[in-house]
Amino acid sequence: MTIDFENILILAQKELRDALRNRWFLLYALAFAALSLALAWTALSGAGDYGLAGFGRTGASLINLVLLIVPLMGLSLGAMSLAGEREQGTLLYLLAQPINQIELLLGKSIGLALALVAALVLGFGLTGVTITLTGNGNGSGEISIYLRLLLLSCLLAVASLSIGFLISAATKRGATAIGLALFVWLVLVFLGDLGVLGTGLMLRLDVSQLLALVLANPLQLFKVAAIYNIRDNLEVLGPAGLYALRTYGSHLFPLLVGLLLLWIVVPFLGTTYLFRRKGAL
Amino acid sequence: MNNRDKVTHKKQPTGSGHPSPTSGQLIQVTNLTKNFGSLTAVDGLSFTVSAGEAVAFWGANGAGKTTAVRCLLNLIPFAGKIIINGKDVSRAGKIVRREIGFVPQELTFHDALSVTETLTFYARLKKVPAGYDFMPLLDRLELAAHIHKPIHDLSGGLKQRLALALALLSDPPILILDEPTANLDIRAREEFLLYLHELKQNGKTLVFSSHRLEEITALADRVLLLEAGRLVIDAPPDQLERRLGWETTLHLYLPTPSIATAIDQLTAHGLPVSKNGRGVRVQVKPGEKGKPLRLLHEAGIRIEDFTVE
Repeated sequence: MTIDFENILILAQKELRDALRNRWFLLYALAFAALSLALAWTALSGAGDYGLAGFGRTGASLINLVLLIVPLMGLSLGAMSLAGEREQGTLLYLLAQPINQIELLLGKSIGLALALVAALVLGFGLTGVTITLTGNGNGSGEISIYLRLLLLSCLLAVASLSIGFLISAATKRGATAIGLALFVWLVLVFLGDLGVLGTGLMLRLDVSQLLALVLANPLQLFKVAAIYNIRDNLEVLGPAGLYALRTYGSHLFPLLVGLLLLWIVVPFLGTTYLFRRKGAL
Repeated sequence: MNNRDKVTHKKQPTGSGHPSPTSGQLIQVTNLTKNFGSLTAVDGLSFTVSAGEAVAFWGANGAGKTTAVRCLLNLIPFAGKIIINGKDVSRAGKIVRREIGFVPQELTFHDALSVTETLTFYARLKKVPAGYDFMPLLDRLELAAHIHKPIHDLSGGLKQRLALALALLSDPPILILDEPTANLDIRAREEFLLYLHELKQNGKTLVFSSHRLEEITALADRVLLLEAGRLVIDAPPDQLERRLGWETTLHLYLPTPSIATAIDQLTAHGLPVSKNGRGVRVQVKPGEKGKPLRLLHEAGIRIEDFTVE
């Protein structure tokens, strides 16, 4: 099968433009930007000091915001992409053009991924520029931590998009896809910590199994990588964190990034398989 | 006036039955089968289409017309073999689709785009050279005045014309149309059929599905009658009635003094006839509608009017 990169570009451009016209997506993006600015403003309040915090403290506060909003953006955008078009019939018409399925999937996913990255860059960028302009930036070290956090957030966004895509490929109706995406989001966000804790207690898992359970969730992967990025140690995560650092040492960060990349690639391969089996219907 | 009256061009039929695949055939379909779970939507369908020919899938809803069309475009996986212009559709679907313009049954475009944006987007996918002048095509389809409108503001008729414009963007040799007039009113349907007829005269190969007999007889050189996914008849439209054994009732309106003579004349030639108000009612076999008219004319009886039932 020959792949025409021009087709991928055309489809990606259209997808990016559609996403930027999507009111829900714009709402998410603006909410993320506003909340990250608000977090930067209030990050110092815990220390009894009001004003804009530096990159490090703001970055730490942003982790929870990213964990909450970014997967929701990625999952919902991915879930609506194929199922919505399949329901409207535009997918069938699109595939009747001289393009193949992999070009369509790549074009759509690249376009949507760029839209997500643009939203994150806007949120992180506005906050970063504001911190710098108000003189609260604390040197290049903190800026690089902040930029790495942006990179990790982008990886989480694209991984969520990829999972949303898989949901979309498996469902026929947009409403079903969105419902499933919200359910997955709830499971990943709210049952992440509690689920690991409960499972660990019930099954009496040892620390290595507990770590494996943590790393099976892309949100937890992001969280571990983001905390490690800021603190250089994982004491805050308890025995599993200490075990991870002791076992993998300096390889831990590349390992976490690699696993996040796997969360992008594997669901995408699943999407390709399902899409080929089902065709445009 | 029906479409048959307006669009009367008939190409010589290329024959019936299942012609064996030969090099002269643009489309060769062999044993096409498509199952949806336990439902067989298309069952062992085989046919060929020559270049410049217009072939219609005809049948009731659920007969397998749309599924067959989707298989021709390789939009859904299928069993069997489809060769279009020498290329295997299941292996080279993208290349084959470059040679096909498709008009779907459901006119589904991206509503947020304008007509111009839609044309530009699909033109790029079809590799239409940059700077291509859409206007002659849009003028011909009476779309030029609507190019800045968003898709959701277009009427059904305008959307249908846009679908045809998109199908013709790269001037493909083959047009595949799935129930192309299903959503059109009578006037828009006639205009659309006239334009399709013009395209056929210009050498396009047409494959279309319809459940309207008048559309089929107006446009098709051959009709593939599908029933429950199976090919029941492959014949020119004028042979359909004969093959299906349909009888027609003619109502002939005659001067009152001629009615009794007319009944005698028609009965003498074996036609079932009865008196009916201002004239007679005659049952005729397929392909024999002209017979009672000729007999009465030869007997010197003036026919004032007639209707076909």
